[in-house]
Amino acid sequence: MATTKRTVEVSLSTTGLDAQGRPQRVPLVVDEAGNTVALEAPPGMEDEPDLSGDHMLINIGPQHPATHGVLRLVLELDGETVVRCIPHIGYLHCGFEKIGEYRQYNQIIPWTDREDYLNSPGNNVAFALGAERLFGIEITERCKVLRVMACEMSRIISHLVWLGTTCIDIGAFTPFLWAFQQREKIYEMLEAWIGARLTTSLTRVGGMGADIPDDFIPKLSAFVNTFPKVVDEIDRVITRNGIWVGRTVGLGVMSPDEAINYGLSGPMGRASGVAFDVRKDFPYLDYETYDFDVPVGTNGDVYDRFLVRMEELRQSTRILEQTIKRLPDGPVNVDDHRVILPPKSRATSDMESMIHHFKQVMEGPRPPIGEAYLAVESPKGEKGYYMVSDGSSKPVRWRIRPPSFVNLSAIPAMVEGHLLSDVIAINASIDIVMGEIDR
Amino acid sequence: MGLSPRPEPNFTELSGDEPWITTKLDAFVNWGRKNSLWPMPFGTACCAIEFMAAAASKYDIARFGMERQAFSPRQADLLICAGRVPFKLAPVLRRIWQQMPQPKWCISMGACASTGGMFDNYAVVQGIDSIIPVDVYVPGCPPRPEGLLYGIMMLQRKVGNERMSDKSLRNEMEPDPSSQLYIPPSVIDEISEPFGNSVHQTRSGL
Amino acid sequence: MSSDSTSFSPVIAGSALGSNAAAPATPKNVAHRGGALNPTVDAIRAQFAGAVLRADVVWGETTVVVDRARVHDVIRWLHDDPSQAYNYLSDVTAVEFRDLEQPIEVVWHLRSLPYRRFIRLKVLIEKGTPMDVPSVWDIYKGADWLERECYDMFGITFRGHPDLRRLLMWEQYKEGYPLRKDFPLRGRFSRSEQLRQALAANPEARYSKEELSIADAFEDLPADMRRRLDTGERTGE
Repeated sequence: MATTKRTVEVSLSTTGLDAQGRPQRVPLVVDEAGNTVALEAPPGMEDEPDLSGDHMLINIGPQHPATHGVLRLVLELDGETVVRCIPHIGYLHCGFEKIGEYRQYNQIIPWTDREDYLNSPGNNVAFALGAERLFGIEITERCKVLRVMACEMSRIISHLVWLGTTCIDIGAFTPFLWAFQQREKIYEMLEAWIGARLTTSLTRVGGMGADIPDDFIPKLSAFVNTFPKVVDEIDRVITRNGIWVGRTVGLGVMSPDEAINYGLSGPMGRASGVAFDVRKDFPYLDYETYDFDVPVGTNGDVYDRFLVRMEELRQSTRILEQTIKRLPDGPVNVDDHRVILPPKSRATSDMESMIHHFKQVMEGPRPPIGEAYLAVESPKGEKGYYMVSDGSSKPVRWRIRPPSFVNLSAIPAMVEGHLLSDVIAINASIDIVMGEIDR
Repeated sequence: MGLSPRPEPNFTELSGDEPWITTKLDAFVNWGRKNSLWPMPFGTACCAIEFMAAAASKYDIARFGMERQAFSPRQADLLICAGRVPFKLAPVLRRIWQQMPQPKWCISMGACASTGGMFDNYAVVQGIDSIIPVDVYVPGCPPRPEGLLYGIMMLQRKVGNERMSDKSLRNEMEPDPSSQLYIPPSVIDEISEPFGNSVHQTRSGL
Repeated sequence: MSSDSTSFSPVIAGSALGSNAAAPATPKNVAHRGGALNPTVDAIRAQFAGAVLRADVVWGETTVVVDRARVHDVIRWLHDDPSQAYNYLSDVTAVEFRDLEQPIEVVWHLRSLPYRRFIRLKVLIEKGTPMDVPSVWDIYKGADWLERECYDMFGITFRGHPDLRRLLMWEQYKEGYPLRKDFPLRGRFSRSEQLRQALAANPEARYSKEELSIADAFEDLPADMRRRLDTGERTGE
């Protein structure tokens, strides 16, 4: 009988226990004919066979509920301990950057919705800011505050999805329902604002797609008042929960030096003690005038990442409160005929406005030759848009710097040495969005 | 799709003298099937988030007998393809469809899964119906949860009208040239041609 | 990988600036050309004579074009030198222009968190010269996938990268490098051919030689299969 190294062990429930009190096992092997047969146990084979040298290959994904998308992880296991992890990505590569080279600047904004689809308004804002840098446009004060509002709302909905799906991964279903209830409230506000729930296309180069509707501020105030209570509720259920703590503490630890060397940013980096937030250190949209704190972890494990994100939910609510107080009146769009269409009434009555309208629609706005890299703090980390213009109406290169792509590239360093079931928790803690990773 | 005419159902036309028990058994089996569809969410992109919203408390897909989400294709009978499918994922989707046991149905959720949507480029399959058969297409980018629920109700109507004696519903798996599922390469090229505004946008410039 | 809390010393952005430094502020009315040059440029010029080919400020961001042969030394020095401390790699990417005579640019975006500085390094690859630049993986571990993606999309070889394989496209992808300007938007092959090639792959059996070696299954394979795997091919094709 041919024996291969790949023996399969099954536990036979009826044969009683061996001398050590463990269930007796019969090793199975594959014979020449390809049938799986039991290896004749030599007399006295009560002991467990020594399998310490045999490593096993486990494939997770590309379609697996716990990989948060179409990620594929190939794991080498020694027993249940991960010896090596080889991630495979690209199963959702849709050619965003290529298609951006064939579109005008305002036409690219719908693509930014769909790349990190949990954070669509934040991406719209980031892209519009980058394009405005490239055009040399200063946006109006009201637009700035509205964009901060959009960024923080999208940070909340993104963290809520993370919270819900991670809770499901670790075994709690209820927080998922609570989180999605709150998401629906923000969805309703976004829908009243721009007409879409998820893929918002909220901004335009030089302004916004629409001003907020009349009843938006009362709704947002109501949300800001009730949301911290929900966060507290989730906090009470999870943060001191024995199962949650047991499954997250001490896992996937990254030291500050490792974290910065791997380029981790956002909650991943901050949980590892890298006190870096683009909003504080390279501000945009006048974030330096808002009063908010940046939570920084002290252990760098999965539990710290959870705590950092919970605190960011509260800080985002604080920023939203301040935006409500300071929202100024005034125009939303800049008065720049290069990028903003003239009002319809003037376009049909005024020759000059009609020419601007015609040129914008037919040719598209043309920025001067140059390049700009604009990074914002997305819920996942430093999200950058790098645009290069050769003076035509379409960018030569539209590069997305995806934060969760860089964060995910550190997963082999994080999971090796941990148990297989901890891989799920560590992978969930990275907050990956495959649409952004593969683009 | 207007590609190849679907073959006529190979059971005899109803003439009013169909056995009573067959029709009643059909109705009973279909009633059971349509109200206990087990969906397998093949979620890749944005539509998966709207699917999650449909599964969460406000829209509650469980009202349609879908309380149990099957994340294993072998215990599912409805594949909901939510999101764009790039070429790298195409063999995975095909394999998952083949792993599902009969009877099985498929909902293509969203514009990208149905037609390739806005991703008319080198990487994305222009509609999953060139890989697997689709029963219901749900338009939208992404569809609202109500849209998905409407698609599910349409599928339930379809399931309710199936007849066990119609062998053509179940008898094929592989899209080999002899089966009705086979789409010749020329037709795939034809339906993947750019249309409308995209001609102007992709053929201009470079 | 140690969870020892005594060795956990946080990295704080802006720590090298002192407490009386001005708080960072949103840049306002950024000029197209001719803003303030990042002081790092003069430091590089002083340290590496002749390595800086060009330095200019575009929209407030300093761009330094560096000699291709010395870019690794420059980045190593920027990372290690405590007066620069560019300890965070934002991005590695490349740019090809529509004017096909213009050289391809490889771009590194570096941040110095202690000094809150941002710099863009560039290397120009003239058309017709071999497309290879040194890898910075030995300096920043985060460069691993960024360089692999750049290789996948542009075909630029990063010398010294430990595992330079395709990342986003599958390894047998035959149509070329998608983000090059001579690559059509819809790919080189027809849709049906693209679909046929994609469906011909066997997703369950697609493992590399390295992965099969883990399971001890590599030695059991037939000789011709092993030979093909040795050349970097994968199973399931």
